[in-house]
Amino acid sequence: MTDTVKNTLLFAVVFGLIITSGFFQGWNSAMFILNMGLISAIMALGVNLQWGFAGLFNVGVMGFVALGGLAAILVGMPATPGAFAAGGPGIILALVLGIATIFSAVFTMKKMAPGRTRSLTITAILIFGFFVFRGFLDPNVELIEGINPAQTGYLGGLNPGTAETYKQNGWIMLFAWPVGGLFAAGAAWLIGKAALGLRSDYLAIATLGIAEIIISILKNEDWLTRGVKNVIGIPRPVPYEIDLQSSAVFVDRAASMGFDPVEGSTILVKLLYAVLFAAVLLVLFWLSHRALNSPWGRMLRAIRDNEVAAEAMGKDVTKRHLQVFILGSAICGIAGAMMTTLDGQLTPGTYQPLRFTFLIWVMVIVGGSGSNLGAILGGFLIWFLWVQVEPIGLFVMNIVTSGMAEDSALRAHLIDSAAQMRLLTMGLIMILVLRFSPRGLIPEK
Amino acid sequence: MDFLNAIVALANYVLIPGIAYGSQLAIGALGVTLVYGILRFSNFAHGDTMAFGTMIVILLTWWLQSLGINLGPLPTALIALPVGILGCIGMVLLTDRLVYRFYREQKAKPVILVIVSMGVMFIMNGVVRLIIGPDDQSFADGERFIISARDFKNMTGLAEGLGIRTTQVLTVVTAVIVVALLFWFLNKTRAGKSMRAYSDNEDLALLSGINPERVVMLTWIIVAALATIAGTLYGLDKSFKPFTYFQLLLPIFASAVVGGIGNPLGAIAGGFVIAFSEVTITYAWKKVLVYLMPEPLEPSGLVQLMSTDYKFAVSFVILLIVLLFKPTGLFKGQST
Repeated sequence: MTDTVKNTLLFAVVFGLIITSGFFQGWNSAMFILNMGLISAIMALGVNLQWGFAGLFNVGVMGFVALGGLAAILVGMPATPGAFAAGGPGIILALVLGIATIFSAVFTMKKMAPGRTRSLTITAILIFGFFVFRGFLDPNVELIEGINPAQTGYLGGLNPGTAETYKQNGWIMLFAWPVGGLFAAGAAWLIGKAALGLRSDYLAIATLGIAEIIISILKNEDWLTRGVKNVIGIPRPVPYEIDLQSSAVFVDRAASMGFDPVEGSTILVKLLYAVLFAAVLLVLFWLSHRALNSPWGRMLRAIRDNEVAAEAMGKDVTKRHLQVFILGSAICGIAGAMMTTLDGQLTPGTYQPLRFTFLIWVMVIVGGSGSNLGAILGGFLIWFLWVQVEPIGLFVMNIVTSGMAEDSALRAHLIDSAAQMRLLTMGLIMILVLRFSPRGLIPEK
Repeated sequence: MDFLNAIVALANYVLIPGIAYGSQLAIGALGVTLVYGILRFSNFAHGDTMAFGTMIVILLTWWLQSLGINLGPLPTALIALPVGILGCIGMVLLTDRLVYRFYREQKAKPVILVIVSMGVMFIMNGVVRLIIGPDDQSFADGERFIISARDFKNMTGLAEGLGIRTTQVLTVVTAVIVVALLFWFLNKTRAGKSMRAYSDNEDLALLSGINPERVVMLTWIIVAALATIAGTLYGLDKSFKPFTYFQLLLPIFASAVVGGIGNPLGAIAGGFVIAFSEVTITYAWKKVLVYLMPEPLEPSGLVQLMSTDYKFAVSFVILLIVLLFKPTGLFKGQST
């Protein structure tokens, strides 16, 4: 069996699974699995770029995904009337002063001779700068958060519409996706500059930390993201179900195809999303595929396989690492913006590392690290399992406990705990693949 | 008088919680640092190992409580702790046998072991959630306070109260005993010396007839014991929730790295550095400053440098500063 046949078969199996689930659980849920599968596949591509190509161990995927979500609201939502006038300039000034503080500290460090005086000067600059920063930031934050806190209380975004009309500008979300990538790239540049020169597990710890920090910023800086009050009603690049249902043309066409308008419209909307996401996935896949087989990709793999030898051949290891770290994180940011668009809301409280960082890692490992096709396959397969393990677990638990008394406490506990089967299953899959098939389903060539 | 009040307020809100939290982090970081020193990888499953051990302690505590057995003023969990440790040791040794040993024999790269430990983390997290559920569990009982804030005020006549909780004293006492035992073991016993030798130079240790599998087994036993103790103390002091234990990974890693990873003394120092930075930076200083400053200078705001939700940021920034300027940590750790 050639590789092409095998890979086609694998993909056919995964899509067959998704289609089968459509017959049993309805097409809406199957389309949901497909859409999130597309997004997961993009995230897996990003992580594969870092780990598979360059051997960089990034466990901060969640942070980059969340930054993409931030871009979605900063681009897609309308500006809150009066918010920018109230506190905008003050906040910008505060941020500029904060950055200036950091730069002057770095500058001092480079210019002064090492010693106690230097440490003291830097500490003094940082402490003074921090208080100035907070002094300018806090009052302006209060001003912005004071504007209609139940509805807005944040700056809003760049959408040209007003609170009533902004949903007509759904096209703007398509621009939010690359912006999400840029946000993530910016954060990746900062982390990469600081942590890439260090040993591999330090990068892991650093990215783990930065992801938590990004989430706590999203949760707490209400002026930017409304925090845990969530931003809802993000516009869509596709039509709304309600509009479709009230359009006579659509209702006729749905009826002729045997769908009732409600079901038909929800499926059509999801289908349109799927087309958009698939287009992004194909473009990114094509780019990564070209990158993998280009001289640049070969250089990266050479660095991954033997850093010392590559360095001896005159390759700039740190610079290449930084490059690929930024690119991979940007892809995760794009996927994050797409996910927030699909959800239609930004809920900082729902970002959990197990779901957004470690699950993506399972996808890459299972699919085959170093292989783009593998990352995509892993994205679909693992996402499908992640969704389906819960009903399957419930089914199994019901069978296992069917012999027990109706009111048995153990039975109730076992059925309740079926919902927790996901993590266990994912861990088992990951460990089994690492042990018995460490190169994954579609190995790197 | 004002000065005394300020000191009492400082002790009540910063010093005592900081010492207790620091001890918990230190015991946790000791586990991470031992795994790093002997097995040479960063163990991402450590937080969930803590959760697993603590879960056994909690289940046993509930059972003992239902039988009416207790320790009077001390928490019942102390009786359950040894059994929890044994259970955790069993789990960890099983994991080593089934998972890690294979990679050790293959001489896999450390980063592969880190990824494997991620899988173990998933499984342990899943097991804990499967058995005890994802919710908050409280299992502390016995006397809540050694001195309550009100008694202290009555005794001294100061305006500020100083409350010392039983769990805080228990944490510190246990930490001292555990650390003393560990250092005695590492420095004075034959087995401990073989562990240190193996950590310093693997090949040389093998040549001098040290059995590596025995060293690894010893390490896991000690790590499991430390993890269960740290987890139980943290759970008694605050509360038990599987997700919180997973999140503890970050300050624990930060403590181990700040102190110098692979160096037990550094892990303890790192634990206290991280704990005190978190507490001081997220504490609202108004209460203390009001006593110290003359009235016109009294602060109007809370004088809180950062909101408590940013405590991760604190441990992370310290971690980053140490990594950038002193990658081997405050105490010389292993840098390779």
